[in-house]
Amino acid sequence: MARIEVHKDHCKGCGLCIDICPVNVIETSKEINNLGYHPAQYKGEGCTGCTLCFYTCPEPDAIVVYRKD
Amino acid sequence: MAQLKDVLKKPSSFYDEFLRKPDNYQQDTHYCPGCGHGILHKLIAEAIEDFGIKDRTIMISPVGCSVFVYYYFDTGNFQVAHGRAPAVATGIKRTHPDAIVISYQGDGDLAAIGGNNILQAANRGENITVFFVNNAIYGMTGGQMAPTTLLGQKTMTSPYGRKATWEGYPMKVSELLSTLEAPAYVERIALTNGKNLMKARKAVRKAIQAQIDGKGFSLVETLSMCPSAWRMTPVDAKKWVEEAMMKTFPLGVYKDVLDEREVGSWHRALETVPIEKYHEILGLAHEGMEVEGDVESVPKIFRNPKVLIAGFGGQGILLLGQTLAETGMRHGWNSTWIPSYGPEMRGGTANCHVKISSDPIGSPVVSEPNILIAMNKPSLERFEKDLAPGGLLIYNTSMIDIKPTRTDIEILPLPATEMADEIGSLRVANMVIIGAVLEKTKILQKDVVLDSLNAVVKHKKFIPMNSDAINKGMEYARNYKG
Ligand SMILES: Cc1ncc(C[n+]2csc(CCOP(=O)(O)OP(=O)(O)O)c2C)c(N)n1
Ligand code: SF4
Ligand code: SF4
Ligand code: SF4
Repeated sequence: MARIEVHKDHCKGCGLCIDICPVNVIETSKEINNLGYHPAQYKGEGCTGCTLCFYTCPEPDAIVVYRKD
Repeated sequence: MAQLKDVLKKPSSFYDEFLRKPDNYQQDTHYCPGCGHGILHKLIAEAIEDFGIKDRTIMISPVGCSVFVYYYFDTGNFQVAHGRAPAVATGIKRTHPDAIVISYQGDGDLAAIGGNNILQAANRGENITVFFVNNAIYGMTGGQMAPTTLLGQKTMTSPYGRKATWEGYPMKVSELLSTLEAPAYVERIALTNGKNLMKARKAVRKAIQAQIDGKGFSLVETLSMCPSAWRMTPVDAKKWVEEAMMKTFPLGVYKDVLDEREVGSWHRALETVPIEKYHEILGLAHEGMEVEGDVESVPKIFRNPKVLIAGFGGQGILLLGQTLAETGMRHGWNSTWIPSYGPEMRGGTANCHVKISSDPIGSPVVSEPNILIAMNKPSLERFEKDLAPGGLLIYNTSMIDIKPTRTDIEILPLPATEMADEIGSLRVANMVIIGAVLEKTKILQKDVVLDSLNAVVKHKKFIPMNSDAINKGMEYARNYKG
């Protein structure tokens, strides 16, 4: 199963990954991170490994996609 | 299309840490949330990693929000003046043809202040890759209108919306550049939905591959979100790119002749010119070069002459300077010569600067000369005050009816123009002066000067007269009792 990891302290909460996810498995966290944003978080299941959240994310190290885990 | 990796994570062509921020914020960029620059950076970084070219890539950071490209990419980096990235990229690529040179520029940078730079680089077909970020606005400076601002779009400087009859139409850079013959590949992409992102990824790779293959100039124009200056949420900004920007700036390939070009056909290998060839080009190919300078025999103040020569245009000022510099070089010293051309060239003052030194010369500019040669009155009036204490002033009394006022310098008045007239041509007044310089400073030898003249002067028939003039100048200086 594919999955993603959000490095919450490198996320700026822009929401682009949430908007692009075709299966709607990313959401906004209630937590406020180091940078002062509500970071994105993985809902925990359902990722298809399409990679789009990785490519739409402007931050170098906010999202990692494991396509074949 | 390149295969996707099993794990997609921060590409290794980014630095591990971005040093511009205080300690614990070193992993994120300086960009606003949802900024297109970051998305494009990631696509470029991934391509650099996948192509294995990190160690030979040189990124050029522009002026604009992406001014800090060099904080992110673990490649060679230059940050350059506004709009000048294509010129700097040209210089780097021409001198390092095996480097992969990437110019990264915003629309203010590339299409406004740097418009001619990009046009010329594209027209020359420089074998470079340009990533052009079109966000229809100046982001960094707070949202002013750009050449690419849409009709009707409100910005700080088009508060009622851009109007064609007032500000002209949005500039279509991809369309414009694709009318040129030299560019190999020009495409416009956007960073919106999945389909466009995958196309963007492909275009970025193709444009870099074009350079690796030596196929010439490529440019990828990216329609990019600027949520801050557009005053929108990142998701709304993305929609605005699709609904508004794409109407004015349709996506697509505007030029692609990559398949028609042979690999390496636009690769310009560095031509190294052998040293003898330089001598030939500069007319230096004879014995004069061999003479070694004997610094010890020269009065201390003249060990490193800094000469300012000034007079009317037409008095042979520039030739005088050139001959001194050439002679210095033939003695085995370092020398520089720079002319100062100006509107004053005819009638007013023309001047040139010469430095001769046993040490490397940092700047050719002479701001405090130790030798001042004033051939006319305005030159004496203007430059006397600049002469270093203890320095030598030689002035042409034929043309100057005032006297110098300084008392802390050595002064040699000499009627150079009249002496030249006696010798047979007003044009050798400059050589009379050279004679005086030789006699007073002892730094240069007469036979070397004559060799230099041979190289510098085009009309060889003047050479005997020049030699005579130099002798007269030396004699005058020797016998002058101040
Ligand atoms: C010679 C010079 N002129 C003007 C400026 C001011 N300036 C800084 S960035 C900029 C425009 C940036 O806009 P753009 O190239 O579109 O990049 P963005 O910030 O939108 O990414 C201007 C005009 C400058 N730094 N240097
Ligand atoms: S990889 Fe695709 S499916 Fe998985 S979370 Fe990211 S966008 Fe959603
Ligand atoms: S796209 Fe990146 S920065 Fe934006 S919310 Fe998602 S993880 Fe955070
Ligand atoms: S002002 Fe615009 S272009 Fe600049 S960092 Fe912010 S979003 Fe990006």
